[in-house]
Amino acid sequence: MEIQSYTMNFGPQHPAAHGVLRLVLEMEGETVLRADPHVGLLHRATEKLAESKPFNQSIGYMDRLDYVSMMCNEHAYVRAIEALMGIEAPVRAQYIRTMFDEITRILNHLMWVGTNGLDLGAMAMFLYAFREREELMDCYEAVSGARMHATYYRPGGVYRDLPDAMPRYRESPWHKGKDVKRLNAWREGSLLDYLTAFTDDFPKRVDEYETLLTDNRIWKQRTVGIGVVSPELALAWGMTGPMLRGSGIAWDLRKKQPYAMYDRVDFDIPVGVNGDCYDRYLVRIEEMRQSNRIIRQCVDWLRANPGPVMLDNYKVAPPSRTEMKDDMEALIHHFKLFTEGYSVPAGEVYSAVEAPKGEFAAYLVSDGANKPFRLKLRAPGFAHLSSMDAVVRGHMLSDVVAMIGTYDVVFGEIDR
Amino acid sequence: MTDANSDGLAGRLQAHFGARLLGLAEARGETTIELAPGDWASAGRELRDAFGFEQLVDLCGVDYLGYGEGEWDVADVSAEGFSRGVEGIAGPGRFRWEDRPAAATAPRRYAVVAHLLSVSRNQRLRIRCFAPDDALPVVPSLCEVWPGVNWFEREAFDLYGVVFEGHPDLRRILTDYGFIGHPFRKDFPLIGNVEVRYDPEKGRVVYEPVTSVEPRVGVPRVVRDDARFETARAESVARRAAGD
Repeated sequence: MEIQSYTMNFGPQHPAAHGVLRLVLEMEGETVLRADPHVGLLHRATEKLAESKPFNQSIGYMDRLDYVSMMCNEHAYVRAIEALMGIEAPVRAQYIRTMFDEITRILNHLMWVGTNGLDLGAMAMFLYAFREREELMDCYEAVSGARMHATYYRPGGVYRDLPDAMPRYRESPWHKGKDVKRLNAWREGSLLDYLTAFTDDFPKRVDEYETLLTDNRIWKQRTVGIGVVSPELALAWGMTGPMLRGSGIAWDLRKKQPYAMYDRVDFDIPVGVNGDCYDRYLVRIEEMRQSNRIIRQCVDWLRANPGPVMLDNYKVAPPSRTEMKDDMEALIHHFKLFTEGYSVPAGEVYSAVEAPKGEFAAYLVSDGANKPFRLKLRAPGFAHLSSMDAVVRGHMLSDVVAMIGTYDVVFGEIDR
Repeated sequence: MTDANSDGLAGRLQAHFGARLLGLAEARGETTIELAPGDWASAGRELRDAFGFEQLVDLCGVDYLGYGEGEWDVADVSAEGFSRGVEGIAGPGRFRWEDRPAAATAPRRYAVVAHLLSVSRNQRLRIRCFAPDDALPVVPSLCEVWPGVNWFEREAFDLYGVVFEGHPDLRRILTDYGFIGHPFRKDFPLIGNVEVRYDPEKGRVVYEPVTSVEPRVGVPRVVRDDARFETARAESVARRAAGD
């Protein structure tokens, strides 16, 4: 008897499926004949939920879409609201946003390089990446109080200014004496001091990752020439971000359609040549170095230029607590803002940002109410994953894992 | 986006499509055109080949039911409270299709909106198409033009029930296997129609009508013409003039 082909279920509980991807693979031996990704297992109807609440109350949902690049998602949504209302955040807030977008990009790429390494057999990479991730998570925590789901960006600016002090480690049964001193070495000053120390240190850390992977024989065997995406294919399938740049197209919204303060900072766009998994790896590694440069420039600017971080417009931003104590108007504004919210002029807008995974966008339709009429969130991973079948046909099963990794899929954004 | 479309894209679109253009709008630096379903696929091909829109970055359905309508008469809210949201089927998002709010300004209920991107010319364009029949919205598929639209159309079909004619594989994508209804339609209740639990007696998962949550409106939907943003706009212009 001869078996022609068989169907195999990959996921949704497989660790290399990066969340809840169910992949139905039609196999002939070890070769993939057809791949049919089933998504939606994490569908929470974020867009529908957003239709039922005032604009500001949905910012927190944005963090939970692509839950490894939280603030970039917020940025797209907040910019859409700002565009419809015709308001603009103060310059300092824009710099803070630029800085945190780049911190987020490093966070995302670290997560990516760690888990993709893990998928392809490089355990150590994961441990290295999470060391730095934790340091940057502390920045999230310092500004918003939350390590991940920050809800830090608001229409009209950011929630509050950067803190003057970083939280410090205390003596504990696990950390004592010299150990605590080492952990607190960067934390003596403000958040900006902490980030200065980080940006000085980070390029060396990226070098460490590269010694682990870039010339690693096994890593190259698993990635070079695997999952080749031609530039034509990348365009036709709506790919953006590192997937598009890995195929040699120098397209980056931060350069081509600059938002926030990206036209005032200096950075380069890395571009791949062959469009395989290895090139996309190199692109992402270089993006981390570039993000580090941007963060440093923002830190220097923010240090020299104090100022407001939120619009002085009580119809959009809440008044300060002290003002509310003795100003009736301020109290009314506060009450109206947190109960009814604000009405956004009727119209529609598509606001895209260069999220770490590609073009993340919010298409917002307002009918003049205090809630969105329709909010569509364009997730880069959704478009990328849809090309799965076209890309992995003829590859081996183990290459499917490499491909899922290189897509950088996160189901929070794909399933929404 | 603001300066990207400044090279007269609207004029060229007008010249190229002529009467086929049902609508053309430019607002906030974005260009939007409206096309008839009959022209949808052919126009897509022309936009790709003649206008350089290599990418379709996004496609979604929109349900214009109840556009521009507030949920309450705000005047007597203090007397009656926000009870409308908790009184069963009569609440917002709980009405039947026959009891839908009338006089929506949109010509049709379902629209498909796509966003095109030209990487070579650094331009964006929004195209919209209203489905002619509200009972069975049908719009031609763009899969032949941009293969990447496949999943976006499946999503619009799943969530809004828009049927894409010529789509190679129009299955549900985000909702559960065997799901009934199209959840993003405005007349589909936010709490859903069925809930799921494990039944220890039957030894399997069962679907039942929703009982564990009540339909509720935390904040009423209020439509206001707001003059205050005009002030904000003027202030931001003044700030820019002053050089940040």
